[in-house]
Amino acid sequence: MTKGLTLLIVIFLSVLQVTVAQDDLMNLFDNQPSTEYTTATFKSTNVVIGQSVKVPAKGTMLLNIQHHFGPLNSGFYNFYGFDQAVTRLGLRYGITNRLSIGIGRTTQNKTWDASLKVKLLRQSSGAKVMPVSITYYGLMGIISLKNPDNNKYVYFSNRLAYVNQLIIARKFSPSLSLQLIPSLVHQNLTETREDPNDIPSLGAAGRIKLSNRFSFNFEYHYVLNQKIAAAYHNSLSFGIDIETGGHVFQLFLTNSAPITGQYFIPYTDGDWLKGDIHIGFNIIRTFTLVKPKAFSGR
Amino acid sequence: MNLKRILIVTAGILFLSLGVQAQRYITKSGKITFYSDGPLEKIEAVNNKVNAALDSQNGMFVFKVLMKSFVFEKALMQEHFNENYVESDKYPVATFKGKVSNINEVDCATPGTYKVDVSGQLSIHGQTHPVQTTGTFTVYEGGVKGNSQFTIKLADYDIEIPSIVAGKIAEEILITVNIDLKPLKK
Repeated sequence: MTKGLTLLIVIFLSVLQVTVAQDDLMNLFDNQPSTEYTTATFKSTNVVIGQSVKVPAKGTMLLNIQHHFGPLNSGFYNFYGFDQAVTRLGLRYGITNRLSIGIGRTTQNKTWDASLKVKLLRQSSGAKVMPVSITYYGLMGIISLKNPDNNKYVYFSNRLAYVNQLIIARKFSPSLSLQLIPSLVHQNLTETREDPNDIPSLGAAGRIKLSNRFSFNFEYHYVLNQKIAAAYHNSLSFGIDIETGGHVFQLFLTNSAPITGQYFIPYTDGDWLKGDIHIGFNIIRTFTLVKPKAFSGR
Repeated sequence: MNLKRILIVTAGILFLSLGVQAQRYITKSGKITFYSDGPLEKIEAVNNKVNAALDSQNGMFVFKVLMKSFVFEKALMQEHFNENYVESDKYPVATFKGKVSNINEVDCATPGTYKVDVSGQLSIHGQTHPVQTTGTFTVYEGGVKGNSQFTIKLADYDIEIPSIVAGKIAEEILITVNIDLKPLKK
């Protein structure tokens, strides 16, 4: 009996001694909190049709195939929008982990675009706390249509339009991310003299992650110019992200036929209530062009 | 009488654990790589910021690894690793708490290579499993270099492979440890 007790105490103390000794060793490591930067606020560089806060990592190239079908209410004759589509091909490359450049080509007005996307602030916790991530997005669109008979594009600058956005995002939890998108669209050439060149807007977008590879996204842009707001509708889109390793597939419904910001933010003419809804998809493929240092030279 | 015996044993153990001046070795820049070769994806990652500590007296051997410090060949893989597989936001750290069972065969004062048996508990993704492996300690003037290789099963650590890539990603991961331990200055 007492022998058993002694044995028990010996075992207990030895176990205790082992764990104490190990914890003691563990305590040698720096226990100062480090700064944890939030990652994967959004799966893709697009929330639905507009930009998310995400920029590509250094050395990675994204190929973005964007496609908006015609309106669903265009009837069987147009096969519910299948016959009229707006598409865009885009490439974006991460020069650094914060700075990326992109080019693209849209069918609408044969428009080329060049863009800059820069991560200004990173959401973080721990030693350094930053509540939000902020990304700047700037795009220049160049209409490459032939100059029509009325000599609309007298100067090259007549063909240009700009989008400037600050994307302010917060990942509230692994499953909820939201962002605000104040934007300023500038048109060098407007349809009439009375139309505004500068069109400010405020957007809101978010994602709700339903599983590790599947999320629900939404995006809305509220146009702050009264004249434009009266003539057009605000862009509203709902979509899902399906992530399969190297690809992100985005399927969505939107009232915007156009794809790039200088068109879809001010000039969305679809009315959700009347069924002016477009089915659309984005396919985003990631290529690694430059590997991290630890893997270079292989 | 019996109480006396218990007291003596207790005192003896406490004396042994506290009385001996332990020599400790530590590193904060150890290297752990993992490698898995599946039919679809070869996955490789390196972590050069591994914390490891050894008590050469009693053989206690511990590791602390920040999951977000693993660097992958493809940035997208790294994001998926943290986001979908090991869920680094929830489980930021992996630890190993173990022991070199034949530490008495290692003479930290004499340069040379010693074969060591290491066993302990490995915690990843909130799951703890026993691990047993062999490796080498190379004692040199500046410290002790440690090397080991072992495999773990993803399933043991509750790391799910999505059904669409099941069978295409290896379910066992080869882990290679390379550390250069320096004596801890008191």
